[in-house]
Amino acid sequence: MAIALVLVAVVAGSVLFHIFSPWWWTPIASNWSYIDDTLTITFWITGAVFAAVVLFMAYCVLRFRHREGITADYEPENKRLELRLTLATAVGVAAMLAPGLYVWSQFITVPAEATEVEVFAQQWQWSYRLPGEDGRLGTSESRLVSFENPLGVDPDDPAGQDDVIVEADDLHLPLDRPVKMLLRSIDVLHNFYVPEFRAKMDMVPGMVTYFWFTPTRTGEFEVLCAELCGVGHGFMRGIVMIDTEQDYQAWLQEQSTFAELSAPTQVGLAEPANP
Amino acid sequence: MVDVTPDGTRGVPQDGTTAVPPAEVADAELYHPHSYWTKYIFSQDAKVIAIQYSGTAIGIGLVALVLSWLMRMQLGFPGVLDFITPETYYQFMTMHGMIMVVYLLTALFLGGFGNYLIPLMVGARDMVFPYVNMLSYWIYMLAVLVLVASFFAPGGPTGAGWTLYPPQAILGGTPGGTSAGIVLMLVSLILFIIGFTMGGLNYVVTVLQGRARGMTLMRMPLTVWGIFTATVMALLAFPALFVASVMMLFDRLLGTSFFMPALVEMGEQLSYGGGSPIMFQHLFWFFGHPEVYIVALPAFGIVSDLISVHARKNIFGYRMMVWAIVIIGALSFVVWAHHMYVSGMHPYFGFFFATTTLIIAVPTALKVYNWVLTLWRGDIHLTLPMLFALAFIVTFVNGGLTGLFLGNVVVDVPLSDTMFVVAHFHMVMGVAPILVIFGAIYHWYPKITGRMLNEAMGQFHFWVTFLGAYLIFFPMHYVGLVGVPRRYPELGETVFIPDSVATLNAFISVTAFVVGFAQIVFLFNMIWSIRHGRDAGGNPWRATTLEWQTPQTPPAHGNWGKDLPVVYRWAYDYSVPGAPQDFIAQNDPGPRGAAPGPVPA
Repeated sequence: MAIALVLVAVVAGSVLFHIFSPWWWTPIASNWSYIDDTLTITFWITGAVFAAVVLFMAYCVLRFRHREGITADYEPENKRLELRLTLATAVGVAAMLAPGLYVWSQFITVPAEATEVEVFAQQWQWSYRLPGEDGRLGTSESRLVSFENPLGVDPDDPAGQDDVIVEADDLHLPLDRPVKMLLRSIDVLHNFYVPEFRAKMDMVPGMVTYFWFTPTRTGEFEVLCAELCGVGHGFMRGIVMIDTEQDYQAWLQEQSTFAELSAPTQVGLAEPANP
Repeated sequence: MVDVTPDGTRGVPQDGTTAVPPAEVADAELYHPHSYWTKYIFSQDAKVIAIQYSGTAIGIGLVALVLSWLMRMQLGFPGVLDFITPETYYQFMTMHGMIMVVYLLTALFLGGFGNYLIPLMVGARDMVFPYVNMLSYWIYMLAVLVLVASFFAPGGPTGAGWTLYPPQAILGGTPGGTSAGIVLMLVSLILFIIGFTMGGLNYVVTVLQGRARGMTLMRMPLTVWGIFTATVMALLAFPALFVASVMMLFDRLLGTSFFMPALVEMGEQLSYGGGSPIMFQHLFWFFGHPEVYIVALPAFGIVSDLISVHARKNIFGYRMMVWAIVIIGALSFVVWAHHMYVSGMHPYFGFFFATTTLIIAVPTALKVYNWVLTLWRGDIHLTLPMLFALAFIVTFVNGGLTGLFLGNVVVDVPLSDTMFVVAHFHMVMGVAPILVIFGAIYHWYPKITGRMLNEAMGQFHFWVTFLGAYLIFFPMHYVGLVGVPRRYPELGETVFIPDSVATLNAFISVTAFVVGFAQIVFLFNMIWSIRHGRDAGGNPWRATTLEWQTPQTPPAHGNWGKDLPVVYRWAYDYSVPGAPQDFIAQNDPGPRGAAPGPVPA
């Protein structure tokens, strides 16, 4: 008896918790609202199945609990019923999988106009590299990483000379412009995670991974590392600022290029390379 | 070959009237042990080995329980215990996960329940290789001791997370990475796999070769089907972990670079180069995903039998249930990379692995339908095993459905590596199988000891565990939805995390302490009832399967006395119309014409 009531209470409690929960995803700040939509569809389908199964159980327990003189039915199988249930499940699964795969194909297809930005991770800080005037990032290599060249940019590659280096500081990105985040790590696995962007990807030493998104809202967003990277994992934070075009350009002007940073320090320069 | 009709027989007449010659395996006096050591310590009796396996697994499981308390202490009340630093937190977390998945769940289901139930349920005297079976346990014991030793080693145990992902696992930024911790962990895993392989081969060969007369494959109880299929899977999956462990051990000790590319650690160039961290992840999950089902399939099988016995009704769709187990087992080998959607592997893999992962939901859902349809028009006795079975269905359905979020590649992207994942896998492969373990212990304890477990303590244990576990893990999904990442010892000041998350975390922690306490009551009950439990008799649940038909309870060495049982029917003849009582034992020849075939046409 008690168990039947509790089963009903579990369903009711779960549904009420879902509706009234103050804990919900952060307001989105990227183009990936499709991901939120697919998640919502999945919530509805799975929620309905959960309620149906548990309520059916509660009914059975109530209706068919042991009473003297009653014996159970003898019904080994029912092929038609089993087939129907299988088909219904297959339809429900397809209803979740189809939009999921469709959105995934968008997720992995980077638009041609996307600007490349490199995120550079090491225990336990974030750095960034943006292409300079030429719009291209120079090649880089972990073997080239040193105190003077912290991101391991190839000094012999002309494309790398004008790359903008942001070492252990905030990243700024312009609003409404698609960006392809190229992800590099030089020590262990990391994961560049900004909850409001919905996208994330591991950073693997020895290879360059990526994801893309379009920022849709200005503001300051917190970056967290989402792949266990040692004792500093929980403290590996950073900031991404999404700026209007104007603010972005102002910020960009203040940054230094690879060439500026690696030039021998000169005394009495008219403008210091790095204010 | 699989005999697809439950009616299929091996020289046993359909109506069971003609006399069948009994046992081919005689019970020889020389076979029995005579000293204390050979009887209880270095025993070759599968039942004693089962109890040794279970005792060791539960013992090390208690360590994991305490570790979970310490973690929940830190998450709910950060900074209160000042010995919990990030280092120790990661060590607790890693050891908790590894112990629960490998040293508790795998060992208890296969080494514990497998050893106790397979020979009894298929009507054999013992496992086919009793000596190897004994070795299996002692090597497992050694693996556990090596694991425990890492707690006392300089630098402590590894804190690499139970996934042990390189390069992090063997570098200085991770606890135990450059000290003994990771080495002992890998050695312990290697030992565990060697020990398991010995036991596993035994279980498989016993099921295939040691069955009693008339026990066709399609007459076996689903418990045996679940354990058998899980063991076959484990024999195929564990080697991937074995080679990954050996290779990582080489990377760590010999300076090879299987998983290590060129690295710069804290500004210093390391001598590694050319290896692939992602290759380790593929090997790990090629083991790790089947591992989920290695734990789940025995639970599926056992819960099917619990529901059938206590609802006094045959399991609905037995053949479909068997095929679902086999299909799930096979499919589980082609879904592993759904753990790696955001690992940086080729993005096209996402299409394939999302599709296979969601396909596996179909046979799994079918099993759920058949469990609840078994309740339909049953004669449901709300015994403790039945209550735990019902609780299993609730938590398994809940955890299985959130798997559809995480399996559907693009939905996984925002949720991956958050507390949503932690909530999901605890619900589906932590809470659900453990509820089955409890149900199974309440169910078979009378056979193992001859006494019933105390009902009042059992009721307390059930309600606190079921409702408590649900209250812990259901809200935890929403912590993950907010975006709280997993494996963070403290959240600190994070812009997008509202203060109310801390309140919810404190609630979850307090609930976890209460649920943990209920387990102590359960352990007390297991010990107390050995002496003080109500006398159970041979077949207290009036069940059909062979383990309840032994001449003695607890069954003696050799299980069956002089003659082996002969099987005349499937395991689910409950409430057969026209039968004198509501069950017919599998070895009951039955009156002529009284029992119809279990499956029409």
